[in-house]
Amino acid sequence: MAKLDYSGWRVVREGLRSQSGWGEAWRNPEPRAAYDAIIVGGGGHGLATAYYLAKTHGMRNVAVLEKGWLGGGNTGRNTTVIRSNYYYRESAALYDMSLKLYEGLARELNYNVMFSQRGMITLAHSRHDLEAAARWVKAMRINGVDTVMVDTKEIARRVPILDMSPEARFPVMGGFLQKRAGTARHDAVAWGYARAADALGVDIIQQCEVTGFRRATDGTIAGVDTSRGPIAARSVALAVAGHSTTLAEMAGFRLPVTSYALQAFVTEPLKPVLDTVVLSLATGVYLSQSDKGGLVIGGALDLYPSYAQRGNMPMARNVLGAVAQQFPRLGRVRLLRQWAGIVDVVQDSSPILGATPIPNLLINCGWGTGGFKAIPAGGTLLAHHMATGAPHPLAAPFSLARFSTGALIDEAAASGIAH
Amino acid sequence: MLLINCPLCGPRDELEFRCGGESHVSRPGPAETVSDTDWSAYLFARSNPKGVHYERWVHAFGCRRWFNVARHTVTHRIEAIYAMHERPPVAFDGSDGL
Ligand SMILES: Cc1cc2nc3c(=O)[nH]c(=O)nc-3n(C[C@H](O)[C@H](O)[C@H](O)COP(=O)(O)OP(=O)(O)OC[C@H]3O[C@@H](n4cnc5c(N)ncnc54)[C@H](O)[C@@H]3O)c2cc1C
Ligand SMILES: [Zn+2]
Repeated sequence: MAKLDYSGWRVVREGLRSQSGWGEAWRNPEPRAAYDAIIVGGGGHGLATAYYLAKTHGMRNVAVLEKGWLGGGNTGRNTTVIRSNYYYRESAALYDMSLKLYEGLARELNYNVMFSQRGMITLAHSRHDLEAAARWVKAMRINGVDTVMVDTKEIARRVPILDMSPEARFPVMGGFLQKRAGTARHDAVAWGYARAADALGVDIIQQCEVTGFRRATDGTIAGVDTSRGPIAARSVALAVAGHSTTLAEMAGFRLPVTSYALQAFVTEPLKPVLDTVVLSLATGVYLSQSDKGGLVIGGALDLYPSYAQRGNMPMARNVLGAVAQQFPRLGRVRLLRQWAGIVDVVQDSSPILGATPIPNLLINCGWGTGGFKAIPAGGTLLAHHMATGAPHPLAAPFSLARFSTGALIDEAAASGIAH
Repeated sequence: MLLINCPLCGPRDELEFRCGGESHVSRPGPAETVSDTDWSAYLFARSNPKGVHYERWVHAFGCRRWFNVARHTVTHRIEAIYAMHERPPVAFDGSDGL
């Protein structure tokens, strides 16, 4: 298949030809009997892993198996925020690597992922919030992540729709800003990686659910059973987010993961009213404005374990109530859509990357509410481990082994991150 | 929205309750005989079924009593409510009984 190119010239030409000349962006192959590497899950992390396996490590006999459609999991359901303002050294290195890869991603993939570094402001609503913010900013700067404190004047200037009055239900006392943070088009990230991986020979197989695992006599992984028959593989990686425990159970091991619903909301399109991402420490609500004009709104997790991909009313009420209180001008704006994804929450709020108790079965999971920003890094690191047989130095601290060694990376306690 | 039948107070809105996670997780011991792996499994590994989940809830804004709930994690249907010291009832739909 001729590689689709998205040059400016091509866009103009197709504009004149009623867009009739675009071919398919990736093939739709039948599964082969065997692959060198199989990645389960066609979300951002799975597709990125396949791409880097082919691109960086020259492995071409690779398949991604997806039970539904590409990006139909959390990758296509998230609120698209990309940032690297984490507390611990290990996390800062991981998420900042990802942010830097995002900066070059559209060029690398020749696919417009619409990464827009509009910055992100985190609001402090009390003296304690403010002190915590100052501590976080200092830790981030030590770790090389460029963050600055911002005062109320600067916040009022950057977020004019925010209620900054002293009588506000959640008075604003200051905050911090990461300028390189921003948003990207989530579907485009999945599609861009899919197209680039396909062009390098990776088989992307949709409508193919993994239902079991095959083991060699020595216990190592030998392949998978799927809704389209068994497929052999030398190495298998799981990147199935909210379904990680289900697949781990099939393979015969347990994970420190609980699945929760996380909701998101988008409003009717408005004229430009917000040109940054803003998050409130008091309510956990955050919002940004998409290029189409809709305000994209997120908040905290639903309160109990769930695989119901719709979300609960009480949390919707909390999130939207907080938006109406903090941004009174948005109180009468209508919602266009509400939805939820099932996220994999780990007790120390950090991802799990690398080996499982089963030889040659690797895992990438536990990104919880925050793994979209990590897709380029997650893919790079998992591909490194699959191709070389050893964890990348940046991934090593995030191994499953940390739960028995006790070397947890407790970002919830350290940087107040929900996931 | 769940309507939860508190054993003491009767049916109340889910907003009055808090979920305390998986129930029937028993602490291994005696402490000096427990390996790091077993201790880790006790502290961190959780069942997380896509099906009936046996979990504990507290009536936080009511009587503050803890009790067990068997709840389906896809439909959110509450299959049973039983006391903290009781064993879980048998599986309800063939999926993920204990
Ligand atoms: C509402 C919401 C808002 C969010 N906001 C943000 C944000 O602003 N910023 C951020 O960084 N992160 C955010 N996240 C988190 C982020 O979306 C996820 O961490 C990330 O998308 C995970 O990517 P993934 O590739 O691991 O998983 P997914 O995209 O979920 O992909 C996993 C895939 O595995 C497939 N699968 C499952 N079981 C099987 C099987 N048995 N066989 C084959 N395939 C299977 C699924 O169908 C799915 O497509 C948000 C999440 C949600 C739900
Ligand atoms: Zn009660």
